[in-house]
Amino acid sequence: MHEVGLVVGVAIAGAVGAPARFLIERVIRTRWPADWPWGTFLVNVSGSLALGLVVGIVLAQGVDADVRTVVGTGFLGAYTTFSAYAYETVRVGTVPRRGLAAGYALGSVAASVLAAVLGLVIAGAW
Amino acid sequence: MTPTRRALVLVSVGGALGALARYGLLRAFPVGAGTFPTTTFVINVVGAFVLTVLLEWLVRRGTPEHWLRVFVGIGVLGAFTTFSTFATELALLWRDHERSTAIAYAVASVVVGVLAVHLGLLVTGWRRATPLPDEGES
Repeated sequence: MHEVGLVVGVAIAGAVGAPARFLIERVIRTRWPADWPWGTFLVNVSGSLALGLVVGIVLAQGVDADVRTVVGTGFLGAYTTFSAYAYETVRVGTVPRRGLAAGYALGSVAASVLAAVLGLVIAGAW
Repeated sequence: MTPTRRALVLVSVGGALGALARYGLLRAFPVGAGTFPTTTFVINVVGAFVLTVLLEWLVRRGTPEHWLRVFVGIGVLGAFTTFSTFATELALLWRDHERSTAIAYAVASVVVGVLAVHLGLLVTGWRRATPLPDEGES
């Protein structure tokens, strides 16, 4: 794909991925209020599974690398987020609930990496 | 425009800007396979710091629901930073038997990310007594 096409593709994908995160996070937070930030957690885990799949089909199935750029870097990169994850980790632990903070910090990483591995396995790239 | 529609437009425009900035940095500073993903690491840590400064500053000035929270916090910084790339880079490092690099990347991202938030709280004059915002942050 032409350079300009990739830039436009990433911009459009980012413009869709970020509001998708915003809506899902808000629906989960309002429907199932909890101390654990389930919204960000589920967005990050589902996005990691999807990116594992996308990267996997590009690596193993010969799919064009531009798909990884637009869908992976653009959409899934914007859909998932690290800044809110780090902020929530510290904030849920402010009222001394260090266990919850540590569980969220490590649980997000563990679940997301396992999801990414699962995506790579399904795509035949493991 | 309804408040929700307005928020969606702000998050959408911010998301496009954040994704483009991350894409540009990844193009300018590509990371080779099997090496420490410095670019994503720096993007995530810097984004965590800036988000904290923004949110705490808005809480302190009494406008936690300011449009900048939605546009910059959820849109630009939410899209600029990424968890899926972080997780997939970790998985690929592990797959390619770069296990010590994978562990270093995971530990550094979590520890430095949390430290960046604490630094953000420090520079905005946060005290332990500060109540949590009413609404969780996305």
